[in-house]
Amino acid sequence: MSELKLPSIDYAALAPILIMLGAALVGVLVEAFVPRRLRNAVQLTLALLAVLAALTMVILNADDRLITAGQAIAVDGPTLFLQGAILILAAMALLLVGERTVERGGAFVAQAAVTAESDDDRRQADGMGGTTEVYPLVTFAIGGMLIFVAANDLLTMFIALEVFSLPLYLLCALARRRRLLSQEAALKYFMLGAYASAFFLFGVALIYGFTSGIPNRGAGVDFATVHAAVAESSSSPVLLFAGMALLAIGLLFKAAAAPFHVWTPDVYQGAPTPVTGFMAACTKVAAFGALLRVFHVAFAGASWDFTPVLGAVAVLTMLVGAVLAVTQTDIKRLLAYSSIANAGYLLVGVLAPSKDGLSGTMFYLVAYGFSVLAAFAVVTLVRDADGEATHLSRWAGLGRRSPFFAAIFTFILLAFAGIPLTSGFTSKFAVFAPALDANQAWLVIAGVLTSMVLAFPYLRVVVMMWLSEPGDATPTVTVPGALTSAALVIGVLATLVLGVAPAPLLDLANGAAEFVR
Amino acid sequence: MVEKILTFAQAEPAGTVAFATADGLLGSVWLLVAIPLVSAAILLLLGKRADRWGHWLGVAAIGAAFVLGLTYFFQLRGLENKQVEQSLWQFITVGDLKVDFGLLFDPLAAVFVLLITGVGFLIHLYAVEYMAHDEGRRRFFGYFNLFVAAMLLLVLGNNYVMLYFGWEGVGLASYLLISFWYGRPSAATAGKKAFLMNRVGDAGLAIGIFVMFAMLGTTQYDEVFNGVGALSSTTVLVLGLLLLLGATGKSGQFPLQAWLPDAMEGPTPVSALIHAATMVTAGVYLIARSNPIFSADHTLQLVVVSVGAITLLMGCIIGAAKDDIKRVLAWSTVSQIGYMFLGVGLGGAAYALAIVHLLAHGFFKANMFLGAGSVMHGMNDQVDIRRFGNLSKYMKVTWLTFMAGWLAIIGMFPFSGFFSKEPIIVAAFEREGWTAWLFGLAALLGAGLTAFYMTRLFVLTFHGPKRWTEDIEHPHESPKLMTIPLILLAIGSVAAGFLLATSVPDWLEATAGLGGQEEGHEAVLAHWLITALSLLVTVLGAGLAWFLFRNGTATEPQPAGVLVTAARRNLYTDAVNEAVFEKPGIFLTRALVFLDNRGVDGLVNGLAAAVGGGSGRLRRLQTGFVRSYATSILTGALLVVAAFLAVQAGWLA
Repeated sequence: MSELKLPSIDYAALAPILIMLGAALVGVLVEAFVPRRLRNAVQLTLALLAVLAALTMVILNADDRLITAGQAIAVDGPTLFLQGAILILAAMALLLVGERTVERGGAFVAQAAVTAESDDDRRQADGMGGTTEVYPLVTFAIGGMLIFVAANDLLTMFIALEVFSLPLYLLCALARRRRLLSQEAALKYFMLGAYASAFFLFGVALIYGFTSGIPNRGAGVDFATVHAAVAESSSSPVLLFAGMALLAIGLLFKAAAAPFHVWTPDVYQGAPTPVTGFMAACTKVAAFGALLRVFHVAFAGASWDFTPVLGAVAVLTMLVGAVLAVTQTDIKRLLAYSSIANAGYLLVGVLAPSKDGLSGTMFYLVAYGFSVLAAFAVVTLVRDADGEATHLSRWAGLGRRSPFFAAIFTFILLAFAGIPLTSGFTSKFAVFAPALDANQAWLVIAGVLTSMVLAFPYLRVVVMMWLSEPGDATPTVTVPGALTSAALVIGVLATLVLGVAPAPLLDLANGAAEFVR
Repeated sequence: MVEKILTFAQAEPAGTVAFATADGLLGSVWLLVAIPLVSAAILLLLGKRADRWGHWLGVAAIGAAFVLGLTYFFQLRGLENKQVEQSLWQFITVGDLKVDFGLLFDPLAAVFVLLITGVGFLIHLYAVEYMAHDEGRRRFFGYFNLFVAAMLLLVLGNNYVMLYFGWEGVGLASYLLISFWYGRPSAATAGKKAFLMNRVGDAGLAIGIFVMFAMLGTTQYDEVFNGVGALSSTTVLVLGLLLLLGATGKSGQFPLQAWLPDAMEGPTPVSALIHAATMVTAGVYLIARSNPIFSADHTLQLVVVSVGAITLLMGCIIGAAKDDIKRVLAWSTVSQIGYMFLGVGLGGAAYALAIVHLLAHGFFKANMFLGAGSVMHGMNDQVDIRRFGNLSKYMKVTWLTFMAGWLAIIGMFPFSGFFSKEPIIVAAFEREGWTAWLFGLAALLGAGLTAFYMTRLFVLTFHGPKRWTEDIEHPHESPKLMTIPLILLAIGSVAAGFLLATSVPDWLEATAGLGGQEEGHEAVLAHWLITALSLLVTVLGAGLAWFLFRNGTATEPQPAGVLVTAARRNLYTDAVNEAVFEKPGIFLTRALVFLDNRGVDGLVNGLAAAVGGGSGRLRRLQTGFVRSYATSILTGALLVVAAFLAVQAGWLA
């Protein structure tokens, strides 16, 4: 029996991941040992400090271009850029999660298992603060996402997928208000997520089979081996293509691309709004980070084959997102469909096989993340006695009642619509221009047309807010606490700055836009 | 020998246009445009705060421009190369298209500057009093200064885009001033009409400039003129016709003459400055400036001459049948500009003659318009010459100054019209073959008709029995501020002709293309005979009018023969415009509106409905059941896998 060889591990390069996972474990201990009174503050501080520390490590590692932990983790430009993006957006999301002044106990219920509408339930609604387990859950999810974008083989990627998905399923179920809807959403998300994971795993198996055909090299699911297999494997290409398809389905599910988007509206609507914002921003970054790595590194040699299929998925995604957004009556569902359409635009960037396509997609992810978090931050503030007033008819005349927040929301909607001087314009440009260069004009045409359709629902909300008379049902906007204010300010400022002066971030994305193989 | 050939080859080809750089005092030539422009901006932006002193600022700005213009003029006289240009900055830089914001001060521009600022100053002065009781006087002076600035830009630009800039600027000012009393429907309509008809001409000019850029890659005067020789004759013809279309629009020439008489709805100083003395001569300026283009093609020249001849006769005939004092003057303007077009069309030495007539006309026509304004001022804004008569007793200054203008326009010796118009008639007789007779006799006939209708106007206004409306007791002479400009302009009408006719042609020698013209053909009639004939028809026309109208005329319209009826209806040109352009235009508009409402809007609304409907239907697929979601994902998965396999099998790629 030969001696077990341990792979060398570069702990500094892995530090962000280790910090987040460690902080999550500490968070669990905090739940056990810190008195309830202090728990919220301690947990929030711990989570934010962990994010800050991880971000610091990402910045310190900025020049790393290496593969470590055997072939499992790649720390390169895209990894670091996307990890940084996830951490910054997650910090904003944590601020929203930590908000306790808008509603007592925050958006999360203390004991989700209590039967809704029972006496116990009323008692806990009146008397108890929110749960604090959300912080370790969020921290775990962040850690998983950090691994997900760094994963350099398909199994690591799968594990990372599960690590960040499981906490999300739980988080979705914890809404304080409309609890049944929330739990239903969580269950749907969990079942469909498991279903999609199965596709992913099956795809990994097929790919593994395919790699066995490489002459003079063992089979494996690390990207270097897959890359080599695409070029020279003697196995049946059916294995490759079926595997690639199933793998793509697993990832496209997380990215909310049609027709794998069906969970999105229900989950976005049911989940507590801070969690929705977290999913819309960070999950998007993680899912597209993985898509970029899989298709730009592992399957780069087959780009002629996957581009038409994924292009069709992109067009379908844009169409479904844009068209269905038109008739939505709930602001969270509207934003969900908008996020689906945006997944389509991001796919356009993924399919541009160039450095510009890569950096454009990464830029888009960051810009969209800021805007969407700001949008959900506003949603948490528009409330009435029953919690958030998410039905669109309730937003009529909001501009008269609360012109400041209506103006902010208008600005964000204009950014979503891609109006110049907002990040929505620069980011769309950043993904469409490389696609044009790569002769994918049909994707760009579909993108522009659906953007036009999509502008309608956005502008409809704007018109409702400003041009309708406020009725009795129009809720007021709650004065946000410091945490929500901070998140809102960051999101709006970033949307503006990235629209007016996108160059620094674009340069950063450009500098980072190279994978190690 | 070889050296000699080389030297010869290096010499610039004859007729090459080269401009010197403006330096020294001439480097500040841009002030000419800037001063009126700043003044206009102050007047228009300060609003009511400038009401008390605004008009004086407007007058002072033009006065300053005139003094500057004179200074520059004398500077220019001392120079070797009398064409100086100054590039201020790059106006437009798009790909190959580079347009300077540049000015060119040469003899042609110089005389225009003096005309515009000189006559302009007098008319501004006059307007201070004329508009004294109008609430909008400050606004009026703002527009007036804006006009002067644009007109100066037009004549000072060193390329066609600058010219076009000024061209549109004067068009704007003209529009604003014609409909200055926008409360009156007739003024508003006249403004619209002027604007629309000018658009037709402007479009021609714009396309002409596009052609220039497409064919020559430049719009700078010097480069265009040097490059014309290399163009095919068809290109030159098309280019020239497009420029001519622009010229006819701005100058109220056939076939775009109809707006000019209606433009008299504006205040009288506007009619005097814009629609008689300066702006309407921009077409003549354009052709004179572009003389290397027009001289390059004989067909083109023939077209210009024909336009001039047709217009001058048309203006005379219609002018003879009109009863509105300002409209008669307007049609006489149309007709006189016809003479100028005749001159520039004849080419050669006649370019200079046309400019001389333009300058002389600027004086006497401004004089008569201001005189007409003075009459209206005294007669409660009455404009119908049938309701005047015997005013010579009541308005001595107006009468005498108007008389000077009248004698000048009919070309009586020794008034200015004689020196400026008669040479054009002679030049018309100097053409080759039968066209000499055609255009010569047309010009001669025009002279007779001019004498007839201008005398009719003069006699009916100032002599014969009084036929005033009841409300007028005692017409009064206008105040000093109005009569002084009249007197100065009258002096110009008397004296300017001889001075201009002897000095301007030599002065213009130095303008690009105007110097060194070949001698014309021998006239088909002796020079002295033509002079005698033109004086004879003038006296005959004037005498006939005197005989017919010395005892006044009926105050109501009289039944008339075919010709007079036709003339009263503007020779049916308006009817033709209506039938050929307006009716089909209205039909086209309605058709387009229909198409827009049903077709385009229908398409857009239909698409919106389709999207909305599709959205509504697709929404139902979102049932909320996990089982249906899973089915959807499974279907999608099967499709994606199938598609990948199809790609792999080569079915899709």
